[in-house]
Amino acid sequence: MADRRYTKTHEWVTVDGKHATIGITDFAQSQLGDVVFLELPSSGRKLTARETFGVVESVKAASDLYSPVAGRITEVNEKLASRPELINSDPYGEGWILKLDLAGDLPPDLLDETDYKKVTEASAH
Amino acid sequence: MTEPLSFELSRPAVDPPRLPDANVAGPSPADVLPRGALRAKPPGLPRLSEPEIMRHYSRMASLNYSISENFYPLGSCTMKYNPVVNEAAAALPGFAELHPYQDEETVQGALELMWRLEQALCAIVGVDRVTLQPAAGAHGEWTALRMIRAYQHSRGEARTEVLVPDSAHGTNPASAALSGFQVVEVKSGGDGRISLADLESKLSPRTSALMLTNPNTLGLFEREILDIAELVHSTGAMLYYDGANLNAFMGICRPGDMGFDAVHMNLHKTFTTPHGGGGPGAGPVGVKSELVPFLPAPTVERTNGRLTLDHKRPQSIGRVRSFYGNFGMLVRAYTYILAMGGDGLSQASRDAVLSANYLRKLLDGHLEMPHDGPCMHEFVASAHNLTVQDGVRALDVAKALLDREFYAPTVYFPLVVPEAIMVEPTETESKATLDAFAQAVREIVAQAKTDPQGLHQEPKRTPVGRLDEVAAARRINAYLQGQSEDPVLRWKAAAESPS
Amino acid sequence: MLETIGVSSMNDLLVDIPQTLRLESLQLPAGLSEFETMAQVTALANRNRVFADRLTFRGGGVYRRFIPAAVAAVTSKPEFYTAYTPYQAEASQGTLQAIFEFQTLIAELAGLDVANASLYDGATAVAEAAMMAYVHTGRNEVLVSGYVHPEYVQVLRAFGEGRGIKVRKGGEPNKKTAAVIFQQPDFLGLLVDPRALTAAAHEVGALAIAAVDPISLAILAPPGEYDADIAVGEGQQLGLPPSFGGPHVGFVACKRELVRKLPGRLVGTAHDAAGRRGFVLALAAREQHIRREKATSNICTNHSLCALAAAVYLTYMGPYGLRQVAEVSFTRAHVLAERLAALPGWELAFPERQFLNEFPIRVPKGSAVVRKLARKGILGGLDVNRWFRELKGVLTFTCTEVNDPRAIDELLQALAS
Repeated sequence: MADRRYTKTHEWVTVDGKHATIGITDFAQSQLGDVVFLELPSSGRKLTARETFGVVESVKAASDLYSPVAGRITEVNEKLASRPELINSDPYGEGWILKLDLAGDLPPDLLDETDYKKVTEASAH
Repeated sequence: MTEPLSFELSRPAVDPPRLPDANVAGPSPADVLPRGALRAKPPGLPRLSEPEIMRHYSRMASLNYSISENFYPLGSCTMKYNPVVNEAAAALPGFAELHPYQDEETVQGALELMWRLEQALCAIVGVDRVTLQPAAGAHGEWTALRMIRAYQHSRGEARTEVLVPDSAHGTNPASAALSGFQVVEVKSGGDGRISLADLESKLSPRTSALMLTNPNTLGLFEREILDIAELVHSTGAMLYYDGANLNAFMGICRPGDMGFDAVHMNLHKTFTTPHGGGGPGAGPVGVKSELVPFLPAPTVERTNGRLTLDHKRPQSIGRVRSFYGNFGMLVRAYTYILAMGGDGLSQASRDAVLSANYLRKLLDGHLEMPHDGPCMHEFVASAHNLTVQDGVRALDVAKALLDREFYAPTVYFPLVVPEAIMVEPTETESKATLDAFAQAVREIVAQAKTDPQGLHQEPKRTPVGRLDEVAAARRINAYLQGQSEDPVLRWKAAAESPS
Repeated sequence: MLETIGVSSMNDLLVDIPQTLRLESLQLPAGLSEFETMAQVTALANRNRVFADRLTFRGGGVYRRFIPAAVAAVTSKPEFYTAYTPYQAEASQGTLQAIFEFQTLIAELAGLDVANASLYDGATAVAEAAMMAYVHTGRNEVLVSGYVHPEYVQVLRAFGEGRGIKVRKGGEPNKKTAAVIFQQPDFLGLLVDPRALTAAAHEVGALAIAAVDPISLAILAPPGEYDADIAVGEGQQLGLPPSFGGPHVGFVACKRELVRKLPGRLVGTAHDAAGRRGFVLALAAREQHIRREKATSNICTNHSLCALAAAVYLTYMGPYGLRQVAEVSFTRAHVLAERLAALPGWELAFPERQFLNEFPIRVPKGSAVVRKLARKGILGGLDVNRWFRELKGVLTFTCTEVNDPRAIDELLQALAS
């Protein structure tokens, strides 16, 4: 998807007007391994860009989740509670994590596909 | 081969063990206590006869691998043989049956032992005093950081950051956070040692301490340790020594001389108190004179041959454990030091370094050695080449070793090496054992080329095969989120539990 | 070996150590034979005075209890005591299963959902529970109610200071309170009203943390019955010798919703490809080696071998054996209390309060009483005035199944002489 943007901390965001959808990248899920649990906020909470909003856990690792954008949470992916493996099987689709109503402009430091690829190549040795 | 749980073996027909009766006329709880204070139904403990209990635990024991049986190459864990004389010493009634609140005059031998152990540890690591109170290594780390913070507070300094290398044990940042510090990571350089440039850029007037282990977790001695110490001290910060790797250089050099201000030791690693399947251990902390006023209370003091517990220490960080620490482990460690002597301890470290370098050489070329030697008492190899070429990971190598009568090395630590395999042979192992272990690893590496699938299936000869931790974790999380009534973390009567 | 490595001397392996740091030798005596080692260690042990267990009437957190021979027979198996932390599950099923049984036994005793693999001791268990409450509620004050073991409170303060948790003694909980911590029975041996304390905590949204005596739970309502959120305690009485205060074993159990905040190791069941049940370290992503500075606790180890001892002890006793031990202790302690209170000048310090097997009694000249008993080989009551200024002249006496009725007679005769 061309309009998907990324963070250095391996989250992705797509924007449709004032609405944003957030998840973690395919690279992130492959580094974590099988996801077993997500600690997620409730709808209605306001997030600032780069704010920690939750944790994703595999058996061997845990990683904080940072919001790529500022906004108010309108929806949390309920399916992940019983099927955390969706993060692994479909990170950009069914494994989405939050939907937000955007507040203000997108942060300037979001990466495009090419730049994000550079980040993953650097951290994969 | 698996063993049922005691709860599954339980039979309601088993009579309770024969125990003393009161043999005196007096009230029972139901006569005196209000009904609401009493337990409604008895706790769900199993009911087994003594022979059933002994067989149950003997069969469980046979499912364990232990150092008394064979080589335990776990890097960073210093799995040495645990001399049986240590156990005999700790079991002496004069130690095992002492009540911690006996009057001081009646426990002079115990206090003398603690005092002598403190003196010996001071001599080994080069510090002025030692607290024996912390129960484990992580507990010792935290205790040391509390002392450093109290010292800096007493000087009116508000230092808020602790520097931790990226290769450090996970307890380091956790202990720092628990002591109220922000954790700042220092990077390793290409040679696996701490980067002086990065250290310099992270040091500031906010820095309280640098936590360091030497040799580092890659088994490499920090050659520039004196420069590191000078750099840290020049900003007014302190240097903390994580004693996980002390077995590398007893009698060869001392953390105190390197400039460390606080030093924790793991009696269960370096000083042969048994690991017990994960504790109890003991994590004493040694300090230089500036930190002495802040030691946990009580300390053991000796005046004219009389020993006392000093509780009145106004600047103390307080008490970090009940009573005086894991005294039984102190007896074992003291016994070991006494038997080994200064000469024996020095030899032990030399032998440990020799074993590690020898084994490293035998494995070089079969596994990758990402850093140049010589190493100290342990080394870190990498299975990265196997992963890339054959799809065989460090975990597969570890599991395959279990099928070849060895325990596995530490894997995936330190985090700075991909597919890390961390091996610490210790002075316990003979050349023959090291040769056999190297042969086993070479066979596994060879099998990676011919039959990688086979390696993914191992271990096959252990009581159970690879356990599905992912499914287990998902079941636990389902329980914790109220989607299931199977707790997974405990047994529940069959009617209530589907598994 | 040097030849294989490709160096000519041991010193070639130590080249990274700066010369200025190198030692000639350690300033310690030379090593000894086993015979000489044991002679020296035994000489130290003999400088201690051991009181017979039947003549030990002092408790204060560490108690003499009958320890079945089965306990040492199991814990002295090298397969258990020389094993490492069970990181490779397939080669550590014995330890893992023992811990899993311990977790279940403690959860059953406490009447709560889940217990962990054990902690260092009762004092650090209290501190760890307080940190759970701090993380769970986001509040930074804990309230210690009543006579909680003074050393537990000291340890709680030391831990609290690092984390910025304030420890308040006494008073009522309020909206800033993360937890109300009480001990049942308390340090003096007296029963508190755990239902009222728990309700008061819940009233303001705080957690209730009950520090409990595990043997008392054979007869007393367990924390789960009065809705406490966390139960902690010291497990020394479950098959461990006094050993001058350690090593013993702390435990912590909690309700389901707090399990992710539990410190330390947890063992759960898992299955292999053939469907066989085994045991693994579970929920490790909470712990320091993964969460590093974000972990709830820095604890790495547990006290596995002590937890094993406790598991053997509880399995040996079973539900009715444990109750027998608790009831015999209760009866004898009440007989002792009555006889002591009848001595001239002696009176129960809190006559209106109930107790189990330890009780406070006000005596004329406490220290003289204790010295007099020691001369007769009896370890008498504990002078608690050292911690509590208001308890001048108060000794706590304890009585368990090891203090037979003749021992009680001997105690009274010694006092009368």
